Amino acid sequence: MGVILIAERINGSFKDVGKAIQEKDKAVIHDWIAKQVASGADYLDVNMGAASRNPDDFAWLVEVVAKASPIPLSIDCNRLDMFRIGLKTYRDTAGDRPVLINSTTAEDSKLVPLMEMASEYQASIIGVVMDERGSPQDVDRRLELGAKIFGAAIEAGLATDQIFLDPIAMPLKFMQEQAKNVLNAIQQMTMLSDPPPHISVGLSNISSKAGERKLINRTFMIMAMAVGLDAAILNVCDEDMRNAVATAELVMGQEIYSDAYLKAYRQRGAAQA
Amino acid sequence: MLPEAKKTWSGRINTVTIGATQAEGGTRSFTIAIGGSATLPFLGFEGNFAHPVVAMEVLDVCPQEWPDLLKEPFGSALEKPGPWARRCLEFGADLICLRLLGCHPEHGNRSPDQAAQAVKEVLQAVPAPLVIIGTGNAEKDNEIFPVVAEAAAGENCLIGNIDEKNYKTLVAVCTAYKHKIIAESPCDVNMAKQVNILAQDMGFPVENIVINPSCASLGYGLEYVYSVIERARQAGLKGDRMLGQPIVCDIGTEAWGVKEARVSESEIPEWGSQRRRAPLWEASTAAAYLMAGADLLILRHPEAVEAVKKFSAELAGAAAGAKAPGATD
Repeated sequence: MGVILIAERINGSFKDVGKAIQEKDKAVIHDWIAKQVASGADYLDVNMGAASRNPDDFAWLVEVVAKASPIPLSIDCNRLDMFRIGLKTYRDTAGDRPVLINSTTAEDSKLVPLMEMASEYQASIIGVVMDERGSPQDVDRRLELGAKIFGAAIEAGLATDQIFLDPIAMPLKFMQEQAKNVLNAIQQMTMLSDPPPHISVGLSNISSKAGERKLINRTFMIMAMAVGLDAAILNVCDEDMRNAVATAELVMGQEIYSDAYLKAYRQRGAAQA
Repeated sequence: MLPEAKKTWSGRINTVTIGATQAEGGTRSFTIAIGGSATLPFLGFEGNFAHPVVAMEVLDVCPQEWPDLLKEPFGSALEKPGPWARRCLEFGADLICLRLLGCHPEHGNRSPDQAAQAVKEVLQAVPAPLVIIGTGNAEKDNEIFPVVAEAAAGENCLIGNIDEKNYKTLVAVCTAYKHKIIAESPCDVNMAKQVNILAQDMGFPVENIVINPSCASLGYGLEYVYSVIERARQAGLKGDRMLGQPIVCDIGTEAWGVKEARVSESEIPEWGSQRRRAPLWEASTAAAYLMAGADLLILRHPEAVEAVKKFSAELAGAAAGAKAPGATD
């Protein structure tokens, strides 16, 4: 049912959150939890960005969010030791609630230990289709790496609906030809299994450094939904985006129509909070 | 080995509890829960299947237009809603549905106070939870609902109907006096969703709503309503909160309004005994809605009630005892 919205805002790369991490200021974090949950987020992404490289800071951040959030977290970092401390802190704080690992790549040095962690913590996991050779520039390479990650996840005992593949959205401004490749890759990833894994992108990449960022994000999001995207890391507080997603869900037949469907979509958040 | 064929759903139909005991601020001796299924009707091997319940219909006035064979089982009890309601419980009704037909401008135009009096009489006469249905005339319903809801305050009744155009009064009084609501939509799943959204937008929890898809009798468009119920139920089980409500089918009015129930044997001999045919028509209509996903049935004839309850218990028993296709344990 519906696109899985992973809310991006608790990220140390944003100035206010970065400062809050350094100063251990819970209020700023709590504010973003409330806003994003009210906007209908399904997961809260938690990422330190450049604010700190200290695992203790990450543990603090995960604990603060897990304690106050009524919805599951997406533990977002890129070092194995950070994932370990993040997941352990989450379990200690939030018990058996679902959790998302964001993310592994197809490199064995990450893929193998992160799949083990996903299995140990009964976590869902995002697999980004890149490896030691970097990001793919065509459709086939995206599929090849997607299949590798999918296979590793199944082997680790994950259920199909715990697996998210990310075909990597790239900046339209600098790599215009890649947008079509991503759309093609999404469509083909839906044929990996039946039912297919989730397919997710880090949406804001598509509009990186561009003007009209919101319009580009929104247009790409809807086009990607049409070919099978069913999750995204994005700014859930963008109301135009939410309304477009709600409408696309109707067009795709994922939701039953009603005249007040936007109202119903808005109430999603209220129901969770 | 056959593959596992059980289906699990991500959503679940809400449970709506009707009635309040003394401990809960009412005077009922028991409560009734409707809804709560986690799978499609009678597939108890897949997940929790909540057993449907049967309410019998009582009017606030002695019925003028009912055929004699429908009046006969109740005898003189039909003259007063209290004794009538007691008879219904003797006939096996799980709860009572009081329809305030006598308040309709064209059927007696009784006053709001008279409506409230009928409600109080039934509440005093029986220990069972109460469903209250208005006249169907929006203007008159908005006059009687506030008075009726207040008269039944604390009893946690299920009151209907609201629809897309007329919902504000009943939603407001059911919020104030803590009753549950029936939301009606004429054979239209989009409208069913719409009414629920509108009620929730007024602050009324969708978990306290029961969907009334406006039933049709067997032979008069039942299959359309059947499809609407199926669609709503599947959406609810997939997690659509605005369609995750239990479903009520108000069957007596429809089944007893069609010629198959009304025409005597002397008029159409090949149809056979009206005495047997009419309750059977009501029971057959109800049986179809049970299989579509109805959680609460409103019926009239005691023989229809008995047949439907037996049918429902047999289906539920068979499903509970059955192994899923391919099950190995």
